[in-house]
Amino acid sequence: MRRPPRSHPLWLAYILHRLSGLGLALFLPVHFWVLSLALTQPQQLDELLVFTQMPMVKLAEFGLVFLLAVHLFGGLRLLALEFLPWSGRQKSLAAGAVGMAFLISGTFLIQAV
Amino acid sequence: MGADQEHLEVTVWRGTAVGGRTETFEVPAHDSQTVLDVVSWIQQYADPTLSYRFACRVGMCGSCAMMVNGEPRWTCRTHVQKVARAGKVRIEPLRNLPVIKDLVADMDPFFEKWIEAEGVHHPTRTRADAIERIDPESAARVEANTGIECINCAVCYAACDTVAGNSDYLGPAALNRAWTLFNDAKDAGKQAVLDAVSGSGGCHNCHSMGSCTHYCPNELNPMAAIAGLKRETAKSFFRRRRDA
Amino acid sequence: MLDLRLYMAQRISAMVMIPLTVGHLAVIVYAIEGGLTTAEILGRTQGSVFWFLFYGSFVLAVSVHAAIGVRVIAHEWLRMKGAWLSALTWTVCLVLLVMGARAVIAVTWI
Repeated sequence: MRRPPRSHPLWLAYILHRLSGLGLALFLPVHFWVLSLALTQPQQLDELLVFTQMPMVKLAEFGLVFLLAVHLFGGLRLLALEFLPWSGRQKSLAAGAVGMAFLISGTFLIQAV
Repeated sequence: MGADQEHLEVTVWRGTAVGGRTETFEVPAHDSQTVLDVVSWIQQYADPTLSYRFACRVGMCGSCAMMVNGEPRWTCRTHVQKVARAGKVRIEPLRNLPVIKDLVADMDPFFEKWIEAEGVHHPTRTRADAIERIDPESAARVEANTGIECINCAVCYAACDTVAGNSDYLGPAALNRAWTLFNDAKDAGKQAVLDAVSGSGGCHNCHSMGSCTHYCPNELNPMAAIAGLKRETAKSFFRRRRDA
Repeated sequence: MLDLRLYMAQRISAMVMIPLTVGHLAVIVYAIEGGLTTAEILGRTQGSVFWFLFYGSFVLAVSVHAAIGVRVIAHEWLRMKGAWLSALTWTVCLVLLVMGARAVIAVTWI
């Protein structure tokens, strides 16, 4: 009933940073497990890598690259906010971080297909 | 009961710390009517048992903040026209604080955290000394001035999701106060302030979501103040490592 | 819940990861062209001291960074506290460290 006040740009930047971080933290164990197959079962790793040719998997990879890029650029903004003199352009910087993330993940998608 | 041109449909939260429900009133609409006017009308003409808090009615005392259509507002300076949706207004007690009765929130945790953040005066001189001369143009004074108009209304505290999730977090108002004291040449407790805001509920829990700054009725910037505290505590972290 | 020490650990690990993440993104975008094979990945990384140190420090930093991030979320959204919260923080850190180390060894060790 007591609804929290939300949906202004910096709150959206906060939730995006949190959810991208959470997503990456959940993805990392899978990522590490797949790579460690190179040591134990190289055959199985190659089979998994063939699986990455599927369009849906490529789209998911695009999502992961976006999460990483948006967490990187969003994090850069937060580090600047906390460790450099105050800047009043936080909303523009947050929007710029999302833009950069789309640029990089978009480049990835073009390279991947 | 429907809203028309002449009436507002006002839903008010009624209850105590134990629990409550909402009650809807039909209130005559007027030009330049504030949310506080609406609450006062209900108390005076519809239900005298409605509890709410106000004092100055002109945005100075900070006692009348409530949740209005889900957002924290100083009700005495909030025009109904600005917040009503199709003639409907929903008024609730401030978020993130316990309720005493109806629209009256218990402000104790808010002011206790104010003290916890060392938001008290640490004098540099005694009454026997001459008054210290302060340069109003100095960088520290200019920085302190940006935060001193806080009226303790707790709108920022109600707006903050970090407070909602972490009950130990000192919150934007107390940390903003700590930052003004840190920059105040007449305050001798700089290290005490930094230590007070470095604990497990301190400034480092802030995620810079900026709801405090977004909703502050006096247009202060607690988010920037908290960033200042993070910067100074980080500096003192390295200083102490070096000196240790 | 997040005191100065944990905060500094998270921010310093973040700073360490800035160049590493930029490098990793560059590798991702470069390597994906034409698809991935085990031979191609290993050909690039196996026996390389540079990639061992690059991804080794990445794994160290991310274990600290992610553990503290998950700790904050668990406290704020799941109300986890005290010993349980510490246990979760350390578990996330150690799981990522061990699994990450295995992955780095798998792709860079000869």
